[in-house]
Amino acid sequence: MDKKNINLNKKPSWKALKIGGVSEGGSAKDFATGDWREERPVIDFKKCKQCFECWGYCPEAAFIVQKQKIVGINYLHCKGCGICAKECPYKAINMVEEKK
Amino acid sequence: MNKNIKALTANEAQAEAMRQIEPDVVAAYPITPATQVVEIFSQFVADGKVKTEFVPVESEHSAMSACVGASATGARVLTATSSQGLVLMQEILNIASGLRLPIVMAEVNRTLSAPLNIHGDHSDTMGARDIGWIQIFAADVQEAYDSMFIALKAAEKVNLPAMVTTDGFILSHCLERLEIIPDTRVKKFIGQRKPEFSLFDFKNPKTLGSIDLQDYFFEHKRQQTEAMKNAKKEIVKTQKEFAKTFGRKYELLEEYKLKDAQRAIVVLGSTAQTAKEVVDNLRKKGEKVGLLRIRVFRPFPEEEIRKALEGVSSVAVLDKSDAVSGIGGPVFSEIKAALRNEKPKLSNYIFGLGGRNIKLSEIEKVYSELKSIKENQVSYLGVRE
Repeated sequence: MDKKNINLNKKPSWKALKIGGVSEGGSAKDFATGDWREERPVIDFKKCKQCFECWGYCPEAAFIVQKQKIVGINYLHCKGCGICAKECPYKAINMVEEKK
Repeated sequence: MNKNIKALTANEAQAEAMRQIEPDVVAAYPITPATQVVEIFSQFVADGKVKTEFVPVESEHSAMSACVGASATGARVLTATSSQGLVLMQEILNIASGLRLPIVMAEVNRTLSAPLNIHGDHSDTMGARDIGWIQIFAADVQEAYDSMFIALKAAEKVNLPAMVTTDGFILSHCLERLEIIPDTRVKKFIGQRKPEFSLFDFKNPKTLGSIDLQDYFFEHKRQQTEAMKNAKKEIVKTQKEFAKTFGRKYELLEEYKLKDAQRAIVVLGSTAQTAKEVVDNLRKKGEKVGLLRIRVFRPFPEEEIRKALEGVSSVAVLDKSDAVSGIGGPVFSEIKAALRNEKPKLSNYIFGLGGRNIKLSEIEKVYSELKSIKENQVSYLGVRE
């Protein structure tokens, strides 16, 4: 949050907000929660057999699927836990250090 | 109109009020001395007298959690508890008020462990005074019953939860004469809840209880404070409407022979009834004494208290709990802050801890000591020195 240097004065007054902190449904998808990642998983598509083990194990549902295929990782939400790399039966996912 | 007069305990009367309100959901766990409220209400459910969904939970933490979930769907929700139950709920009590859910609770004042004691003092509710709940302290059974409707109506207007408290055993288990309002008139008075949002509004899905960080949390808390300020106006308005409809008048404060009083006691709850007798006795002897009972403690009626005590020269605040702060009881601290060390002079008496009875002679002693008040002195009334 604070990294983005948000201008608080541009946000709405308390009088304009909905009570109780209620927001629209599914708002978590717009909230980047992966920015404290130390390592990022990178898929080697030459080794990937599309077995979907990573997709099933990922606690953040960060694997992007298009036309029934894994096509990438949503790095806004991936926290770099490394479960996918550990579970991949084909060693197709490598954890790479994040460059800060 | 034929009046429906009954003899009920406060527990029975509050359960009866809950039957008449007929909320969508009641989630509650029994605890002495509030057990009967839950027991009687669950009997109403079992007998088919209400359509309420009754959730018999495994703890008070779960009770309040279920209340929060139900209230967030837009349902009208009631519960009841006391003492350790209220404390176990505490985490979720804050969530109920923070999410602005107007849950209404019948709360029977009982002290807190340890040492273990099941009797009435205000330790439990005073511990819950700064968590965004409206607090009404009833002084008799009729008031405990009537206040359930007033609290519900006002709470739903300002979207804050409310507790209507009675004194453990003194009111909860004491039979008193009261007038029961016909069911249809209760329903008409309370109307329908109009929720700000509902999790059952499937066309407009909502996120509730999401993370609220440095950029928004403060604003939501600011709204809560404003709601509590508005609650004061709303309670006054609802009390007036109640008086007009049912003939019984309630105010934020009850002033008793205070107009020309030189010495006064400030107290909450049923002790005021005992103190009134002392006031009457002393008045017969020509002593200018009076009484101020704080009926609505949250929102705190600061201006009204200042005005009520304006002409009084010395005031004793009687606290039925100790803040264990070294500077007296919680009500004393608040009155002291409200008066800002202006006139009248104040002193504090802690009394009745663990349900110890207060005697007429002890209250008389307080009035007598007010003649030569030791300012800001904290005394312990009825303790063995």
